[in-house]
Amino acid sequence: MYSILDNSLTLRTQLFSIVGSILLLLIIINLIRREYLKEGYSLLWLLMGGLVLIFSLFNELLFSFSNFIGIDYAPAALFLVLIIGLMLISMHFSVAISKHEKRIKELAQENALLKSMLNKKERKRKTSKK
Amino acid sequence: MTKKSVCIIIPAYNEEKSISSVISSIRKISRRYDVIVINDGSDDKTKEVTEQTGTGILNLSFNLGIGGAVQTGLKYALAKDYDIAVQVDADGQHDPRHIPQLIADLDSGTDMVIGSRFINKTNYKASFLRRLGITIFSNLILFTCGKKIFDSTSGYRVFNKKTIAFLVRNYPIDFPEPESIVKLLRNGFVIKETPVEMNRRATGESSVTPLKALYFMASISVAILIESMKKY
Repeated sequence: MYSILDNSLTLRTQLFSIVGSILLLLIIINLIRREYLKEGYSLLWLLMGGLVLIFSLFNELLFSFSNFIGIDYAPAALFLVLIIGLMLISMHFSVAISKHEKRIKELAQENALLKSMLNKKERKRKTSKK
Repeated sequence: MTKKSVCIIIPAYNEEKSISSVISSIRKISRRYDVIVINDGSDDKTKEVTEQTGTGILNLSFNLGIGGAVQTGLKYALAKDYDIAVQVDADGQHDPRHIPQLIADLDSGTDMVIGSRFINKTNYKASFLRRLGITIFSNLILFTCGKKIFDSTSGYRVFNKKTIAFLVRNYPIDFPEPESIVKLLRNGFVIKETPVEMNRRATGESSVTPLKALYFMASISVAILIESMKKY
């Protein structure tokens, strides 16, 4: 069953979203190019930018997708896809942060042990000089 | 039999008022113990006060929390090839007079000894919430690991070499006391409890409000359950 809202993506909305997603992709590519964003982390962002672009270029795709999963209001399906994408990205960040926290802890511990070893050596050197 | 070498690990975060008395009371018990203070990024004079006593100190560049600090001490003990490591709090609530008994209880069939407040009736009066929490954790550990540990939050512990080596590789960071028990039991380590008296904090106030206590209780319970589901 089609809702009257199915054709609510006007040409203007489409144009706007195409420009928006191209801009998003350009920002991402630029960040990667300047090495502000590691290639590994950027794959998810690129995928998401690409997905938004595809949906704005071929909005029939969005309609058939929203019909398929049973959402009446097509833009809501777009939101759903975006929210899932954002959730995946933030999960990815939580994993990355946990890994970094663990590494920082290891470094701090190693640093404390090395400092004490160095201190002992220094003291020994000083006393043997006297 | 040659005497076993003992390393006493004291994690300290802003304990300038109590650290020197803890160190001197350990010295009074035995001169044979090597003491190492882990200064966990203290903002006060913990470092200076410890250095004045001539005790070994490891200075962490920033605060890692009790788990990270204790693990640093265990790494030290492993590197220096100690037979036994003892964890003692810096705030004076663990009476060092129990150390020889705790070490004696670490027999050949035991991997870790916990100084426990709740095996016998002691003078220790814990708040209602704390007792409730400890009962819950105790039953959760019984449920997940099949062993009753009365005082799972006690940080008064003795480790043998095998346990030190294991914990250096995997030491839980968020709620290290109860989580490490689950980790060790699930990996086949033998844990024993020995009754000890504990003092109320010598200096400073506990910063735990009732609301925080409930929050801790919930997160520790979840942590115990998650720990028991981990794959090894």
